[in-house]
Amino acid sequence: MILAVIIIYLALVLSLGILSHKFFRNTGEDYFVASRNISWFMLLMSLFGTHMTAFSILGASGEAYRRGIGVFALMASSSAIIVPCVFLFIGTRLWKIGKKFGYVTQVQFFRDRWESNGLGLLLFIVLVLLLIPYLLIGVMGGGDTISKITENAIPQWVGGLLISAVVLCYVIYSGMRGTAWVNTFQTLVFMILGGVTFVVIIYRMGGFSTALSKVDTSLLRQADHIKPLELLTYTCIPLSVGMFPHIFSHCLTAKDVGTFRYPIILYPVCIAIVWVPSVLLGILGNVDFPALKGPEVNSVLIQMIRQHAPGVLAGFLGAGVFAAIMSSLDSQTLSLGSMFTNDIVRPYLRKGGKEQMTEKQQVWVGRLFVIAIISITYIISLIAKPSIFRLAIWSFTGFSGLFPIVVAALFWKGSTKHGVLASIFSVILLWLYFFLRYWQTSGYTVGGTGIMPVAVIILVSTLTLIIVSLLTKPPSSETIDRYFNT
Amino acid sequence: MKTTHSWILYILLLVLFILHNDFWFWETSHIVLGLPIGLLYHIVFCFAASVLMYSLVKFMWREK
Repeated sequence: MILAVIIIYLALVLSLGILSHKFFRNTGEDYFVASRNISWFMLLMSLFGTHMTAFSILGASGEAYRRGIGVFALMASSSAIIVPCVFLFIGTRLWKIGKKFGYVTQVQFFRDRWESNGLGLLLFIVLVLLLIPYLLIGVMGGGDTISKITENAIPQWVGGLLISAVVLCYVIYSGMRGTAWVNTFQTLVFMILGGVTFVVIIYRMGGFSTALSKVDTSLLRQADHIKPLELLTYTCIPLSVGMFPHIFSHCLTAKDVGTFRYPIILYPVCIAIVWVPSVLLGILGNVDFPALKGPEVNSVLIQMIRQHAPGVLAGFLGAGVFAAIMSSLDSQTLSLGSMFTNDIVRPYLRKGGKEQMTEKQQVWVGRLFVIAIISITYIISLIAKPSIFRLAIWSFTGFSGLFPIVVAALFWKGSTKHGVLASIFSVILLWLYFFLRYWQTSGYTVGGTGIMPVAVIILVSTLTLIIVSLLTKPPSSETIDRYFNT
Repeated sequence: MKTTHSWILYILLLVLFILHNDFWFWETSHIVLGLPIGLLYHIVFCFAASVLMYSLVKFMWREK
């Protein structure tokens, strides 16, 4: 029965994605950014659904299981203030520039802004490499969820394959419009089913107060599991939204700049709606499953669903988890397809400054890259087995480290391509240093002080960008005028 | 941009950011309104962030 519910849900998602193809205009702009015609509600749901992934559903409950209520402050309420600010001060400006110059990827903007193809290529490589672990989170989380919720009736590799196939079908067929439609539906599903999961499990546990009274009190305060400096520096992590290629793509889909208003206002509320149940259920998982260790911790939510809500309900609740996972996976793969097409194939095929590809060819190249990306990610997911949560944090850390670049592009006329190149290299070096040495250390902070590596990376990349820019030649006055004096 | 409101809103944004670091509830696990106080505080914080975003959008929106 659980399996039937999950299959029906996936069929529903697929149908919705395919249905949106009716509005498809067969142009590159329509395939990659839905002809910049998305309404505020769909923008809110797709931005939020894309941002929330297996990380915020499975990873958050897993971390709350180990570290208690402080996880909400670390990861949710910090995003509640930082992410809307990024949309307000960065996202709206990127939308205007994207609309004015016809950009569909970040790299197009940065390449023109600093008059450097080499910079664009380097940034492209870095963004793709950082996005792959993030994609893996989705495929692995999805496969793991199906496997656990069906008690291994469907193995993890089949589950991952099923999710990848569904996402692949509607992304290649309907592009960004299909992705936005499906994201809106799936975000509503995981927000509603998250609440339902919480109420059902709490009811079966004998009420919230009863369940909470059985929890170790150290999980109900922050002091025992989180250092003050960790809370302070963790606020750098949500800055990653400013450099996520998939969030950039969704920002460009807005009908006009006013479309951002309600998403900015309502984003913090959406965060509370999704994270409060996830964190509380993670904490309460200690009552039923007190001895989970390692990557098993990330399955605490699934285990609770299985224990307290078996049968059809488990199928629905499992569908809620898939909704969160797929609503990110689709946007990420589409943005990668868009980047390959618009940042690599189109510029390098151009002859004498003239476009060599028709709109139809652009769409097909994008589709082929989406197929390649999902296939490669799926194959890697069969080999790699690290904890979902650790992968996410390191991916976010890299994107956050690049955040000063988008700020410089929008606000600092004096920033130079050498400054930006130096900044990117500083991020690469520091990220590799921290990742290679400490990725297996759960909850690693610099020297045990509580300072997150991301804060060090952002500080160094900002200083590098400023110092090298001051010492080198800025872009031509025509370029500066193009972006600042219009 | 309505500059008269801008500085107040920027200060409020900074204050809210500082208030995120709730060291005053660091050591306590008291239950208030059925929830641990440290968690309740951050839920309220999310709603306060939403109100501040409303003010920023209302008074500082750049339509052009």
